[in-house]
Amino acid sequence: MYYFDPHIHMVSRVTDDYETLAKMGCVGMSEPAFWAGFDRGSVDGFRDYFRQLTEFESKRAAWYRVQHYTWLCINAKEAENVSLSRQVIAMIPEFLDRPGVLGIGEIGLNKNTKNESIVFCEHLDLAMKTDEQILIHTPHLEDKYQGTRMILDMLTDDSRIDHGRVLVDHVEEHTIRAVLDEGFWAGMTLYPVSKCTPERAVDMIEMYGPERLLVNSAGDWGPSKPTAVPDFILAMRLRGHPESLIRRIVYENPLKFFSQSRNFNFTPPEVYQPVL
Amino acid sequence: MPIPLDAPEVLNREFLEIRARLLQVAASLDRLDRAGGSVESDPRLTKIGHALAILAGSQADRAEQIQLVFSRPYDAKWIGPFKRERTNS
Repeated sequence: MYYFDPHIHMVSRVTDDYETLAKMGCVGMSEPAFWAGFDRGSVDGFRDYFRQLTEFESKRAAWYRVQHYTWLCINAKEAENVSLSRQVIAMIPEFLDRPGVLGIGEIGLNKNTKNESIVFCEHLDLAMKTDEQILIHTPHLEDKYQGTRMILDMLTDDSRIDHGRVLVDHVEEHTIRAVLDEGFWAGMTLYPVSKCTPERAVDMIEMYGPERLLVNSAGDWGPSKPTAVPDFILAMRLRGHPESLIRRIVYENPLKFFSQSRNFNFTPPEVYQPVL
Repeated sequence: MPIPLDAPEVLNREFLEIRARLLQVAASLDRLDRAGGSVESDPRLTKIGHALAILAGSQADRAEQIQLVFSRPYDAKWIGPFKRERTNS
């Protein structure tokens, strides 16, 4: 089955992972900008990172006939530095018209601080002024519930935001309902320990239905599994769900959400001919 | 959306996994008891106790409730203090 991983950090992965993912049916992916494991020291560090995302990563994916898209921002962890964040936000428009750039993300909160919320709102403002879609990171573990509710407060407080063009990622059992009830898209991240397992993701599909729901691996430089979406596909099959439902969640839903972005020019894999 | 499997089938498939995970939790708690030092006043242990009580209950949303046990509380008026700090800084 073809699938699309809507959230994966391929800059942290080796080229062999592209080959493995392609063998398992991955035909497209979107890569939000995130924390590199260390705080970058200048706006030029981010400019180089955005060049990597928009120039090289899409090329590396195309070697394996995977269509690569990306999102740009300064992540929540580095957003604690408001001054640097403002320089990055001012620089982002240089890249917004590049092929494959889907919008602003993954923005959000990390420790739910005042500075993080300031930078989050300034990203929202940029997205509204440039008519971009938004991809949102919600915090980890004990901070997730509080942070997700704070994020929803800030989103619903801005009347310019079209909820159907916002994806709130890393939802779990205690946050998914509030996200869907507000009309946002929700992403379930399949992580070995700290987020959601494939079986619990299937449970949430059964409880909330497939509307506006995505699953992703969020594979990155830490403990994570880039092939987690195929694990979810298998878990759905073992539970007895039809192929049409599985395809909707792992392929049709991502295409439906991303199609709202002006730079999403996806070619069906049957006719895709990458320019190498 | 209905689950394609009925309850007996779910139990047949998952009994051994549930058993294994309960044993894993039990063994972890035993290990805590055997180890030197004390964690009696550690709030994480209290949370584990609350989670186990939910697990033993019969409510249908155990996973969501256990998530909330391990979550910081949300205050709907959070934005007020942030705005005041911004004004005063």
